[in-house]
Amino acid sequence: MPAISFQSVSKTYPPSRQQRAQGKQGLRAVDEVSFQIEPGEFFGLLGPNGAGKTTLISMLAGLSRPTAGAISVHGFDVQRDYAEARRQLGIVPQELVFDPFFNVRESLRIQSGYFGIKNNEPWIDELLQSLGLADKATANMRQLSGGMKRRVLVAQALVHKPPVIVLDEPTAGVDVELRQTLWQFVARLNKEGSTVLLTTHYLEEAEALCSRIAMLKLGKVIALDRTSELLKSAASNVLRFKTDAMLPWAIAQHARITGRIVQLPAQNAHEVEQLLAAIREAGVAVEDVEMRKADLEDVFIDLMAGEQTPLEVAR
Amino acid sequence: MMAVTGWHALLYKETLRFWKVGFQTVGAPVLTALLYLMVFGHVLEDHVKVYGSVGYTAFLVPGLVMMSVLQNAFANSSSSIIQSKIMGNLVFVLLTPLSHWGWFFAYVGSSVIRGLAVGLGVFVVTMFFAMPSFVAPVWILVFALLGSAMLGTLGLIAGLWAEKFDQMAVFQNFLIMPMTFLSGVFYSIGSLPPFWQGVSHLNPFFYMIDGFRYGFFGVSDASPWLSLGIVGAAWLVVSAIAVHLLRIGYKIRG
Repeated sequence: MPAISFQSVSKTYPPSRQQRAQGKQGLRAVDEVSFQIEPGEFFGLLGPNGAGKTTLISMLAGLSRPTAGAISVHGFDVQRDYAEARRQLGIVPQELVFDPFFNVRESLRIQSGYFGIKNNEPWIDELLQSLGLADKATANMRQLSGGMKRRVLVAQALVHKPPVIVLDEPTAGVDVELRQTLWQFVARLNKEGSTVLLTTHYLEEAEALCSRIAMLKLGKVIALDRTSELLKSAASNVLRFKTDAMLPWAIAQHARITGRIVQLPAQNAHEVEQLLAAIREAGVAVEDVEMRKADLEDVFIDLMAGEQTPLEVAR
Repeated sequence: MMAVTGWHALLYKETLRFWKVGFQTVGAPVLTALLYLMVFGHVLEDHVKVYGSVGYTAFLVPGLVMMSVLQNAFANSSSSIIQSKIMGNLVFVLLTPLSHWGWFFAYVGSSVIRGLAVGLGVFVVTMFFAMPSFVAPVWILVFALLGSAMLGTLGLIAGLWAEKFDQMAVFQNFLIMPMTFLSGVFYSIGSLPPFWQGVSHLNPFFYMIDGFRYGFFGVSDASPWLSLGIVGAAWLVVSAIAVHLLRIGYKIRG
């Protein structure tokens, strides 16, 4: 039995009054999505903003209802058997929310109580210790930094020891220390048998952690495979260099440009020579030229760009 | 199976929430009621007798107690839900296996606790000014519980319906406040002209305060059994609405 199952799940948001007056249709945020996550998997759900990741997780969590299709957690339908389904799930929401009336330990005790758990102190202590919150146990939530609040969100999601953990962009805007603490802890839980569903914009994290990945675009699954297979499917290697000059548009439109760093897909030595020749002809000075293997970010960009890869366009 | 496990944790959290800001949620309404008593009691004590022999200040005490119970029971559930919705922390409850019945028991239960705590506070400070009798204490308890449950349930509905504090203020200031003030807190409706007596009988809040007052003096404008029937029926109706809204996730689940 899969840990999580999405079967032909769709979600359409009805149009606003203003949109209706303009004759517009509702927004189809998720469109016929079907896939399963097996117990013990570390699964990545990737996609650009507006792809439908958070909508899909909201439906999984019971925060919103699918327009069509069925979602289950360990066989429990999230609508019909919602209580059992939610016991199986520990969800770290994307927004940095907190209850300003309580301190950290009180928040965790109350959250345990919602799941009918009494005397949860040993596990709460372990969570506080593992997430670096031990010295903040009696601090009011308002007094915590953003990173500390994020840690408490993780602890609240795990307080009932759920077998399935859902992390919705847990490292957005947090420092390196928290990332390392969080991934060490989540990796440990995964090794101990927990299933993990992760959404993130940090593709290097997804590549390092997830054994399988689904990519969403405009509410549809456009790729679903093992991470290693996705990486193998990358059509090209990458030519990487630095420059201060503007690249010709014919080249720039296929490049990933981050400040001075330019990355261009290039299948083989011949293509590298062609690209460098075109750059030289345009009078662009480059330095620190190197080749590297395509990574998940390259695969992601290829897939999000459509059927054609940037390399194919360049030809 | 109805999953009500865990509702006691929500009840505890909601009670702890208002208790942590006790000056604002309990102390302030007690002081307000005391000021009403001092001003109205001082002005009217020598001029008004109610039910033939009851002094005005003694008459006013149960009305003020019940008004405080009702207003604070409403404020508890309504303010908690609207704040949690706007701040986003309602998600911590939405992600749990709590059923709609669990939500209902917890929010209404904590409203009853706050209403009774404020009511007791008002009674304790006002008894130094006038000590009403306790002719039928069971009626006092029944109407205090029923009235606070009724207003806690209305607060729950208002909290679910409102999307911003402004909408909540409309509910509170244009519905709850006038119905409470015009329910006979400060006067016996027997002193009103027949038309306004008739209008008062359409106000369910009148029956809560009248029945509550019966427990103190053994005299009331309407029979306590009639008041019990009307308030009980009204609570069942608003409870059915509140439970339905929770079941469908009205404005809290997309």
